[in-house]
Amino acid sequence: MVPTGSRVLDLGCGDGDLLEYLIRERGCDGHGVEISLEGFHACIDRGVPVMQADIDAGLGDFDDDSFDVVVLSQTLQATRKPDMVLREMTRIGRRVIVSFPNFGHWVVRAQIGLRGRMPVSKALPYQWYDTPNIHFCTIKDFERLAAAEELHVLKKVPLNGGGNAATGMKLRRPNVLALGAVYLLESVHA
Amino acid sequence: MTSAARAEPAGRSVGQVETKRVVLFGQDNPLVLESGERLAPVEVAYETYGALNADATNAVYICHALTGDAHAAGHHGDPSRPGWWDNIIGPGRPIDTDKFFVICSNLLGGCQGTTGPSSIDPATGSPYGLRFPVFTVSDLATVHRALVHHLGISRLAAAVGGSVGGMQVLQWALDHPDDIHAAVMVCSTSKLTPQNIAFSAVAREAILRDPDFNGGDYYDTPNRPDTGLSLARMIAHITYLSEESMRQKFGRRIQDSAEPRRNFGVDFEVESYLQHQGESFLGRFDANSYLYLTRVMDYFDPFGGSATQVAERLRALRTRFLVMSFDTDWRFDTEHSRELVRILGAHRVPVTFQEIPSPWGHDSFLLVVPDYHRTVDTFMRRVHQEMVNGARTAPAPGEDVAA
Repeated sequence: MVPTGSRVLDLGCGDGDLLEYLIRERGCDGHGVEISLEGFHACIDRGVPVMQADIDAGLGDFDDDSFDVVVLSQTLQATRKPDMVLREMTRIGRRVIVSFPNFGHWVVRAQIGLRGRMPVSKALPYQWYDTPNIHFCTIKDFERLAAAEELHVLKKVPLNGGGNAATGMKLRRPNVLALGAVYLLESVHA
Repeated sequence: MTSAARAEPAGRSVGQVETKRVVLFGQDNPLVLESGERLAPVEVAYETYGALNADATNAVYICHALTGDAHAAGHHGDPSRPGWWDNIIGPGRPIDTDKFFVICSNLLGGCQGTTGPSSIDPATGSPYGLRFPVFTVSDLATVHRALVHHLGISRLAAAVGGSVGGMQVLQWALDHPDDIHAAVMVCSTSKLTPQNIAFSAVAREAILRDPDFNGGDYYDTPNRPDTGLSLARMIAHITYLSEESMRQKFGRRIQDSAEPRRNFGVDFEVESYLQHQGESFLGRFDANSYLYLTRVMDYFDPFGGSATQVAERLRALRTRFLVMSFDTDWRFDTEHSRELVRILGAHRVPVTFQEIPSPWGHDSFLLVVPDYHRTVDTFMRRVHQEMVNGARTAPAPGEDVAA
């Protein structure tokens, strides 16, 4: 999804492992944004350029169309205004990659539906009161938001437990069977 | 400054050090300034800490701020009077002298051992005064790099500076893309705001209007423009502190008295502090140097050219940047750093940025603010990995083979 040599902005880049890989192995020009001190220092330690900043506070420091690809990996659900973040990403980058946990997965549904409890699993290990994830969505929900934001899905990869591309049945019914998904998106006006 | 909130520095002091002097430009190889004017001799006062490695790849240059000097670390015999940046330079400190060979020099136009307006003009046998040529931040960098070459170094692992020190680092990296692997700019800027210039203008007026200024020729007179210079320092010092730090340090307390005196003398503690700052400055600074160096800052604007010119300069950069600001600094507030980061980032320069919470305003860069020192420490460790151990890293535009 990330072409060799492209200019990449990774929002919520954590310890910078993805950017380090893209910079070293794919010749990308990578920059990260990370809110945690631990992640910020880990990025410096890897030689990954990083800004310590809160995505929710806005991305005004980045010019329009200044990146080829803007990545938001497993972070959308932790932002205050996912729709605004998605809009900003589209403004800054030509293409946008978003991955998120699928709240429509059958285990989640079973925990709420049968046990009457907020779901806690390996993929979503938090209690409702201490979770950083404040805006869960299902795969269907995300696609609705993307359409409303006039984004065209170039590629869609449902994920299994290991974060790898799902296969078989999961591809046919991802909203129930996939633990998450990755989307490559582009503005319909691009 | 004293405060319970201030942390102790990590590591150790470099111990006793001495200031060295070297003539870098003589009559037969004068310094050619950006203006085209020639200046000779140019003598430079400098100190070094740690050891240069065999490949000369571990050198770090410290660019001092407006009123700093070459004595950045260690002491000159009295350990209770360390250099101005002793808390960050030393064995085990963020700028680790066990890893790096650290150089700090007094800048051109200064008055602490490097040639400036108070030096003797060989043409007249008297101090230059206002006959000292006008110079720029580029000229400061030209003299720094002459010292670097004198010491047998062709590329610095890092150049580090706070405030005007950071401005020198930026200009140096732009003027000489091969010189600096990594740049650290703390509470600095790529250009002064009208408010910054206004404060400097008032400070200069205080000196220029002092009856003892005598057109800059006060060196051989019984009186010096002490009133003007101390006022200039008092004005500037207000901008170095945050409102919060003044509230914490002084409150509305009255100096040496239970009751307010209710006259026009020094009454509040903050007044006494400012007066002390102004007076103690007289012993170590020259009024003409103050005029020249503040004026150098006013005109600094390396990104002031056309968009094409700026892009061209930045495309040649071979330096990665660490830019830091402090949230209570109003001398060069975070917006200064953000603008710098925006410009660098928009031109694909690898830049790392952090705004650090600290109550101490602009002065924070001289203090032990743990988050700030931790970031410098992490970054400098990485710089060492890259320069000395050859770790691969995000290329700067001028290094990008694919570009």
